[in-house]
Amino acid sequence: MDWEYVRYYVNWLTGEIRDFLLVANSPGQKIVLAVVVIALFVAVMALLLWLVDRPRNPRGWLVASVFAGPALLLIGFGLVYPAVRTTQSSFYDRTSTTFVGWDNYVRAFSESEFQIVLRNTALWVFLVPILATAIGLVYAVLVDRTKFEKLAKTLVFMPMAISMVGASIIWKFVYDYRQASSPQTGLLNQVLVWFHVEPQQFILSQPWNNLFLIVVMIWIQTGFAMTILSASIRAIPEDIIEAGRLDGLSGIGMFRHITVPSIRPALIVVLTTIAMATLKVFDIVRTMTGGNFGTSVVANEFYTQSFRYNDKGLGATLAVILFVLVIPLVVYNVRQMRKVEEIR
Amino acid sequence: MTTSTPPVTAAPITSGVQARATKLRKRLSNPWASLAAVVIAVLWTIPTVGLLVTSFRPEADITRNGWWNVVTSPRFTFANYEQALFGGQTSLANYFVNTLVVTLPSVVIPISLALLAAYAFAWIDFKGRDFLFVAVFALQIVPIQVTLIPLLTQYNQWGLSGSFWPVWLSHTMFALPLAIFLLHNFMKDIPPSLVEAARVDGAGHVKIFFRVLMPLLVPAIASFAIFQFLWVWNDLLVSLTFAGGRPNVAPLTVRIAEMVGTRGNDWFLLSAGAFISMIVPVIVFLSLQRYFVRGMMAGSVKG
Repeated sequence: MDWEYVRYYVNWLTGEIRDFLLVANSPGQKIVLAVVVIALFVAVMALLLWLVDRPRNPRGWLVASVFAGPALLLIGFGLVYPAVRTTQSSFYDRTSTTFVGWDNYVRAFSESEFQIVLRNTALWVFLVPILATAIGLVYAVLVDRTKFEKLAKTLVFMPMAISMVGASIIWKFVYDYRQASSPQTGLLNQVLVWFHVEPQQFILSQPWNNLFLIVVMIWIQTGFAMTILSASIRAIPEDIIEAGRLDGLSGIGMFRHITVPSIRPALIVVLTTIAMATLKVFDIVRTMTGGNFGTSVVANEFYTQSFRYNDKGLGATLAVILFVLVIPLVVYNVRQMRKVEEIR
Repeated sequence: MTTSTPPVTAAPITSGVQARATKLRKRLSNPWASLAAVVIAVLWTIPTVGLLVTSFRPEADITRNGWWNVVTSPRFTFANYEQALFGGQTSLANYFVNTLVVTLPSVVIPISLALLAAYAFAWIDFKGRDFLFVAVFALQIVPIQVTLIPLLTQYNQWGLSGSFWPVWLSHTMFALPLAIFLLHNFMKDIPPSLVEAARVDGAGHVKIFFRVLMPLLVPAIASFAIFQFLWVWNDLLVSLTFAGGRPNVAPLTVRIAEMVGTRGNDWFLLSAGAFISMIVPVIVFLSLQRYFVRGMMAGSVKG
C-alpha cells in the first residue's frame, strides 16, 4: 500500500466535502445542500443520543450534556462571547487598537449628528407604542363580536406577516412624489391634490419625514396590539361588566371605567413589547431613507457606523447603548407578563 | 352546553352573553363607531392594495398615472413579475431560492436543538441546571446588533464567508434562548406522572423524549416553527450583515432593499418584487392563522 496515494485521496476527499459544504452556485445545488445539511445534523444528533442511551443507567451529566450541550455551546459562542467583545470594543478606537475610555460614548451623546439620532429614536419609541396600542385597542373594541370580526381582524393583522422591507416599499409608494404639473402616482399626494394642496416630498422634508416613517411601524404593530388586547377584553369577568351596567355605564363610559382598567396589565405588556421592537427598528429606516435626510435611529446608525464607515468603536458603542436601553423595558415587561398570566 | 343540562344553570349564562351581545350591537349601531372601524380597516388595507394593483399594471401605465386609474382604464399584465423574477438585472427567482435555502435549516436546526435542551432543563437533574436556565432566559434580551461584528470577524477567520453557514449559524444561535425558554415552559406543563410512568417501565431519557413528550408538544413546536420561519424569511439585518453583496447567498429581502436604493423609481419592478417576497408569509399567515398568532405573541420579545 502506497501511503502517498492514501494521503492524496484523503486530501482530495476532504477538499471535495469542504467545497460541497461551502460553495453552491446553481439553485439545484443549493437546495441539495440545504437538505444534506439538515440530514447531517439529524444524523449527528441521532448518533449522539443513541450513544448516551446505551448503558442501562446512564450518568446524568453525560445525558444532560448531549441534550443541552450543543445549544449551550452555540449560545455561548453566538451571544455571550460577542456581547463581551462588543462591550470591550466600545472602549477602543475605530480599528479596535487603542484604548480610548469613554470617548465613543461622549461622541454618541454630544455630537449634533448623533443627537438627531437619539432624538429620532426617542420619537419612535414614544409615538409607535402609544399610537399602535391606542388604535389597536379602539379597533378591537369596535369589531368585537360583529359579523365581520374575523375578516376585520385579518386585514389589520396582515402587516405583521410581511417583512418590514415589504411594508417600507408599500408605504414608499403611498408617499411617492411627482411635480405638481404631472399626475401624481402616490396616493397621499393625490389626496392632497384633490384638496387643492401642493404635493409634498414626504420622505425628504425634515423633520416631518420622521413621522411618515413612524407611520409604517404603527401600521405594522397595530395588529399585534389588537390581537393581544382583544383576547384580554374577552377575558374580562362577566360580573364586572354586569356591575358596570348596573351603575348605568354604557358605550364610552363602559370603555373608560370597565374595559381599560380591567386590561391594564395587558396594555402595559403590549406597550413595552412594541417599545422594544421599535427601539431595534432597522429595516424601515434602512429601506426608506438609508438613514439620510435626518431620519437615522440608533439601530440604523449602528449599521452605518459599523459597516459603511468601518468605525468599530462607535458602532459597538451604539450597540451597547441599544442594549442598555432595552433592559429596563424587558424587566418591566416580564413583571407585567407574570401578572397577566396570574390573572388568566 | 348539552341539552340535558338543567335550564336553571344554563339560563343566566346564555342570557348574560345575549345581553352583552345586544349591548355591543347597540353600540355598534352607533354610526360613528362603525365608521371609525371601517376607516381603520380601509387605511390598513389600501396601501397594500395600491401596490398589488400596481404590480399587475403595464410599466407605461404605472409611470403615466396613479393605480386608482385602473377603474377607468383596466389593463393588466404579468410582465412585471416575469421581468422581476427572470430578468437579467433583477433575477429574483435566484434570490427566492436563496431565501428558501437560508430559511429551512435556520428553522429545523434551532428547534431541534432547543427541544433537546428544553428537555434537559425540564426533566434531567444535573448540577447548575437552574443557574444555566436563568442565564438562557436572560440572554433573550441581547439585541442582535451587539453580536454582529465579533461574529463576522470569527466567520471570516474560519473561511466561512460567502457561504450559507454564517447566516444559518447566526439564525440558529439567535433563536435558541427564546426557543428553549418557550419549549421548556410547555414541557413543564406536561404532568410529571406521565414521565414517571414511562420511567418505571424502564424507558431512558431518549425514549421518554421521543415517545412521551414529542407527541404532546406538536402544537407548541408548530407555533414556534411558524414564528421562526417568518422571522428568518423576513429578516434583513442578519442576512445583510452576513450575506450582503453576495448574490449567491443573499436572500430576497436583501436584494429588494438594495433595489429600492438603486432602482427606486422602477415601480414596476419594486411592486412585483415586494409581492414575490411577501407571497409565502401571507399564505402561511392565512392558512395557519391560529398557530401564527400564538407564535407571534410568544416571540414578541425576540431580537
